[in-house]
Amino acid sequence: MGNHQGGRRAARTAAGAPTPSGGPQPLLELRNLAITFATSNGDVPAVRNAHLTVMPGETVAIVGESGSGKSTTALAAIGLLPANGRVSDGSIIFDGEDITHASEKRIVELRGSSIGMVPQDPMSNLNPVWKIGFQVRETLRANGLPSGPSDVAKVLSEAGLPDAGSRANQYPHEFSGGMRQRALIAIGLSCRPRLLIADEPTSALDVTVQRQILDHLDTMTEELGTAVLLITHDLGLAAERAHKVIVMYKGQVVEAGPALELLTNPRHPYTQKLVASAPSIASRRIESAKKAGIETGDLLAPTASKKAALDRVIEVEDLTKVFKIRGSWGKSTDFTAVDRVSFSIARGTTTAVVGESGSGKSTVAKMVLGLEGATSGSIRFDGVDITTLGRKEMFDFRRRVQPIFQDPYGSLDPMYNIYRTIEEPLRVHGVGTAKSREKKVRQLLDQVALPSAMMQRFPNELSGGQRQRVAIARALALDPEVVICDEAVSALDVLVQAQILNLLADLQSELGLSYLFITHDLAVVRQIADSVAVMKKGRLVEQGTTDEVFDNPQTAYTQALLAAIPGAGLVLPPEVA
Amino acid sequence: MAWYIVRRFLQLIPVFLGATLLVYFLVFSLPGDATAAICGERGCTPAVIAGLREQYNLDQPFWIQYLLYLKGVVTFDLGTNFSGRPIATIIAEVFPTTAKLAIMALVIEAVFGIAFGLIAGLRKGKLFDSSVLVLSLIVIAVPIFVLGFLMQFLIGVKLQWTNPTVSGDATFTELLLPAVVLGLVSFAYVLRLTRTSIIENVNADYVRTATAKGLSRKRVVVVHVLRNSLIPVVTFLGADLGALMGGAIVTEGIFNVNGVGNTLYRAVLNGDGPMVVSIVTFLILIFCLANLLVDLLYAWLDPRIRYA
Repeated sequence: MGNHQGGRRAARTAAGAPTPSGGPQPLLELRNLAITFATSNGDVPAVRNAHLTVMPGETVAIVGESGSGKSTTALAAIGLLPANGRVSDGSIIFDGEDITHASEKRIVELRGSSIGMVPQDPMSNLNPVWKIGFQVRETLRANGLPSGPSDVAKVLSEAGLPDAGSRANQYPHEFSGGMRQRALIAIGLSCRPRLLIADEPTSALDVTVQRQILDHLDTMTEELGTAVLLITHDLGLAAERAHKVIVMYKGQVVEAGPALELLTNPRHPYTQKLVASAPSIASRRIESAKKAGIETGDLLAPTASKKAALDRVIEVEDLTKVFKIRGSWGKSTDFTAVDRVSFSIARGTTTAVVGESGSGKSTVAKMVLGLEGATSGSIRFDGVDITTLGRKEMFDFRRRVQPIFQDPYGSLDPMYNIYRTIEEPLRVHGVGTAKSREKKVRQLLDQVALPSAMMQRFPNELSGGQRQRVAIARALALDPEVVICDEAVSALDVLVQAQILNLLADLQSELGLSYLFITHDLAVVRQIADSVAVMKKGRLVEQGTTDEVFDNPQTAYTQALLAAIPGAGLVLPPEVA
Repeated sequence: MAWYIVRRFLQLIPVFLGATLLVYFLVFSLPGDATAAICGERGCTPAVIAGLREQYNLDQPFWIQYLLYLKGVVTFDLGTNFSGRPIATIIAEVFPTTAKLAIMALVIEAVFGIAFGLIAGLRKGKLFDSSVLVLSLIVIAVPIFVLGFLMQFLIGVKLQWTNPTVSGDATFTELLLPAVVLGLVSFAYVLRLTRTSIIENVNADYVRTATAKGLSRKRVVVVHVLRNSLIPVVTFLGADLGALMGGAIVTEGIFNVNGVGNTLYRAVLNGDGPMVVSIVTFLILIFCLANLLVDLLYAWLDPRIRYA
């Protein structure tokens, strides 16, 4: 796979960068670009001294974490900065023309026809009140191209949308995320622009869909000879798709160069950190937990192995959830979200449930948490079936099983300061006195490596990583035995993600926690999990130890999931991996 | 969709029953003898009073009275008011004027409210936006009868651009001033609602994408910002239509408009029970229908909303 990709890329560079008489001229050139945002606290620089060139037909990736200025830089190229943003220095040159301060009219001319855009989030980038076909048609019409129904259908089917003619008459909400992104790609490429700005075009999509979409985008831009400015936070993806990678950090370009070179020989400390912490298929289980496991295993070898076989903290058997979907005329149909799923979690280990969106993995998590009733089957916690628990027993159960959710922005109450957030579960369960609770909160903050001075702060004053640490501290407040992490690290930047995963591993070895880890990200699974269960459309299609599943996947579906991890196909020298 | 509309019409039945029962009960439990209102100062002979009581079922217990009234409504016989005129005729006489006034007020508040709100929203924080916001706040804060008398005095009496009061014919030009006064407060609300909604939508991702497609600024604003922003505004306008149709007691009073509001006001003063109950019931039905209309319009504006 890696060779195939590399080979195609090499061929493309040769064919895709034609040398007109007079030597190649860059299609897009940003020279010493500086962008500032006017805020109530004065001007804030967002991008400083950014420099990049995109040759015709070339794919250039800008990599960086959120807030690094990568999107801002790209959006400035088509005059799409937010109202309070402006180019304060430097110049933007498109095809030899300085468009830094071009008139609104000129920019409108360039948009669509010369520079296209594929935005990040397919859910929010199509106008919900207009049909897909309408949104494609107006693009064609605005750029003076034929815009009959057949033209619209052609554009959509080129982007890989099946049955484009009738699909054009549907609204965005009738499309899946992948289909919407195809529609957005269709719109972005419909007027055959010479440059396509793809702003995280697949980060909101499942990994297998992501691969299809990116492959298709590759093929299309290659056929049309379109240059692509790809913005991504994923170094693996950038290296796999781009000829040239530009790394941005805190508004500045810190490193630029050919993709593979940058990955194998990163010079800037930030790039080095990024390469080191990028989870990939090659990474191994984070050590601290495992080491602890081995140590205790060595000491208690004969008894432990026997006990381990029995000591399953959670056992899920034939778990099924059927939802009733209301249809027209009051009829309802059954939808089986989870279909006879069985797995177990050994005490002190991590079991990961992986699958794409809609696979039912989050429903499993909700049922194990007791937040959603099961239609049939059983969930045994320490041998007791929680589906039969009464009110009081359930209250006790909640103390021993705690959740950490995906979105650290949504899962903390903005009106509660950090102290109150972490102390609340203790108070609800009537643990200790006010004094001892405060001591406990300090201890918890210490465990998640946050300063205790943070107690008086509010969630909006914290970064995403800090918030997730608070969420972990809250989950640990009641000394639970099991922690259920529902996509607990997927909203975080890669460096922060690595920190949180390390923290979770440390806490596991320290406190003997068991984790149920719900995720769509197989690279993360490799780092944190001891055993894996793969779900597809409500069914468990494969399970085993992490090594078994990754080294020797049994089903085609698992193989496809593994192959779809960005960067999976890259062949890296061993010292980097 | 058809099933949804049928269901909504079926829902009108309990609303109708509940409302009429409540209004009937309130009127019934008013202190004083209803016949005293008919007879006036001079009083009637006991024989006449007994006759009136029989005519209006006042000699029956509350439940019987109510059921007899319902029977009348179902057979399209609203009965007569205390002056002996058929109530249905009176409503048919005054309702067109109120409807005309309501629709004029609605058009004024919608057109000007949306236009001003759009401009203010697009120019957030600029001079136009700030001044319009202050003005709308004044309009909301000052009671309607102050505004009404003020405008009547300035435009009708001082400048004499139009008649200060409305004649029996209620022509378009005569109704213009009351319609402006009637729509003024809602205009301020529509303006503010549109403004907020525009500000919210103008930063939406799909608006940026639409711009990136190469659409002109005008098209982006009209097609992508305005339509999406109108969804909450339409809800407000629909509810307001129901309220306006009910007649504006104060405005109709100031400008002497012979509409539903004025008629209802007189009926309440006269203690004319049958008249009050009938008009209120009629208004409730109008209000429900206006709301149904809004919900259907809503589905048309926002295709994500599906009624089943």
